[in-house]
Amino acid sequence: MVLFVIKNTRQFMSKNSTKGIWKVISASSMGTMIEWYDFYIFGSLAVVISTKFFPTDNPTAAFLSTLATFAAGFVVRPFGALFFGRLGDIIGRKYTFMATLLLMGGSTFLIGCIPSYETIGFLAPLLVLILRLLQGLALGGEYGGAATYVAEHAPQGQKGYWTSWIQTTATVGLFISLMVILATKNVLSAEDFDSWGWRVPFWVSIVMVGVSYLIRKNMDESPVFAKAKKEGTTSKNPLKESFGNRYNLKFVLLALFGATMGQGVVWYTGQFYAMSFMKTVMNIDSSQVDQLLGIALLLGTPFFIVFGWLSDKIGRKYIMMGGMLLAILLYRPIYKTMHTTTDVSTKTEIVEKRTQNTATTKNNDVITTISKTYTDGTSYVEKRTTFNNKKEAQTNVSITINSNDEWALILLVFIQVLFVTMVYGPIAAFLVEMFPAKIRYTSMSLPYHVGNGIFGGLLPAISTYFVTHAKETGKADFYLEGLWYPIIIASVCFIIGMIYIDNKNKTNHL
Amino acid sequence: MNTIKQALGVLWVILAIAAAYFCVFEFGLPKLLSDKQDDLVFGIIILFILTPLIVLGLGTFGYFAVIGEYNEKK
Repeated sequence: MVLFVIKNTRQFMSKNSTKGIWKVISASSMGTMIEWYDFYIFGSLAVVISTKFFPTDNPTAAFLSTLATFAAGFVVRPFGALFFGRLGDIIGRKYTFMATLLLMGGSTFLIGCIPSYETIGFLAPLLVLILRLLQGLALGGEYGGAATYVAEHAPQGQKGYWTSWIQTTATVGLFISLMVILATKNVLSAEDFDSWGWRVPFWVSIVMVGVSYLIRKNMDESPVFAKAKKEGTTSKNPLKESFGNRYNLKFVLLALFGATMGQGVVWYTGQFYAMSFMKTVMNIDSSQVDQLLGIALLLGTPFFIVFGWLSDKIGRKYIMMGGMLLAILLYRPIYKTMHTTTDVSTKTEIVEKRTQNTATTKNNDVITTISKTYTDGTSYVEKRTTFNNKKEAQTNVSITINSNDEWALILLVFIQVLFVTMVYGPIAAFLVEMFPAKIRYTSMSLPYHVGNGIFGGLLPAISTYFVTHAKETGKADFYLEGLWYPIIIASVCFIIGMIYIDNKNKTNHL
Repeated sequence: MNTIKQALGVLWVILAIAAAYFCVFEFGLPKLLSDKQDDLVFGIIILFILTPLIVLGLGTFGYFAVIGEYNEKK
């Protein structure tokens, strides 16, 4: 796979003398990857962040916590797309996506510097919320700028290949955030990590942003925008021209309902829903999930470039729609198979290895821990806490699966990442080709962030609603019901995409 | 193909109306009236962000399809 990427890169370079494009790719991709990294560490460290800034016994702080999760995750991103998209179409791509980079990096670094709720009280969660909103705004402006910048530098007929490098950054950013957190946890003791070590991944960001800023600073403006600026053909009011013009608006709507909406749900299911399903429904040990997800992401990432390259040869439409169709048809069988790996009712327990311990805490809560080992190597730990002052008991289960099952899950997650690469790999080229240069940044950013941020971002909440509802009605396979949301959204998007999108790309403005 | 595109436009408009009902009465209002903080935020987002987006966006898309904006000659 790596050889394929190197070979094609060399082929393009020699054929078209596009030496400068590597510089463009590294400057753009690195910055975008850092922005994704910044965005993900907040989510990955959500548990520790909530204990430092959002105490659950304070309802206002808890409310701010929910806002920080929901609002920045998807509501603010489309506003960032509009704000920075407009700037990018007026003052240029280069300066705009440098601004988003600094905004994101600065916000991330500052989150790592905020004193805890214990030290400064209510101000702490408020500052975190404000900085988190700024992160969302920056992310909303970054992607469109990077994709546009790379596409406008790429040679004709190779835009899918070159922009697919930008597409890898979201997955690489997630991977690196998991690795930095894992490395910090390994270097520090559990106490140190909980006390101050969780701030390190936030501080690391400023170093990466500094390097990326210096690289981007020395880059030239996109040739297409520079030409438009010289000729005085840039837009005076990109928002009005993008959304107030019927001809352009119909393509914005087509991009949203025929491509990015489906892409958003396939993206979230393949990476985040899979992770949450393994951790909370299958109860697999959290570190084991991070590890197997990391391997699946690493194996799947090169396929962004493969499908980006392929989209230059056979068109963007059928690859994206193929990814969506496979996801629609295979999600339920995949998740059903995943679920069987931790179904202990089908496994044989080694009874003599069973242990049971009971301990009483200083609050007089009783904790009973039962450990079971199965013949296939699976281990099961159930911790039941009976609270002194509450009626309900709390049960936590943690399952560690054997190596064979672990590889089976890696394969099943990898297949889902493949669907993601099919729909996501060609989409940057598809979007930039859809709109004219003078309003491209604005026009492509909005459908992308509405599709990803809102349709994709709502997936956990809506899927949880379906699962809870199915559980209450006593459905046997209730754990699969959450998949109806991505399946329905992707199906509508697939039909619209297949019927209304032209594979010949008659809207090609590049 | 143009006939199919236009005919399906009606379906998108109906889907937008159905989604509006579902978002308001099944998701939005029950969550908004719940006393849980998480549900309240979720309800606000469903009612004031997702619902207008689907109803106006998909409705307009359907309308454009019906009047032939997506037909080949255009």
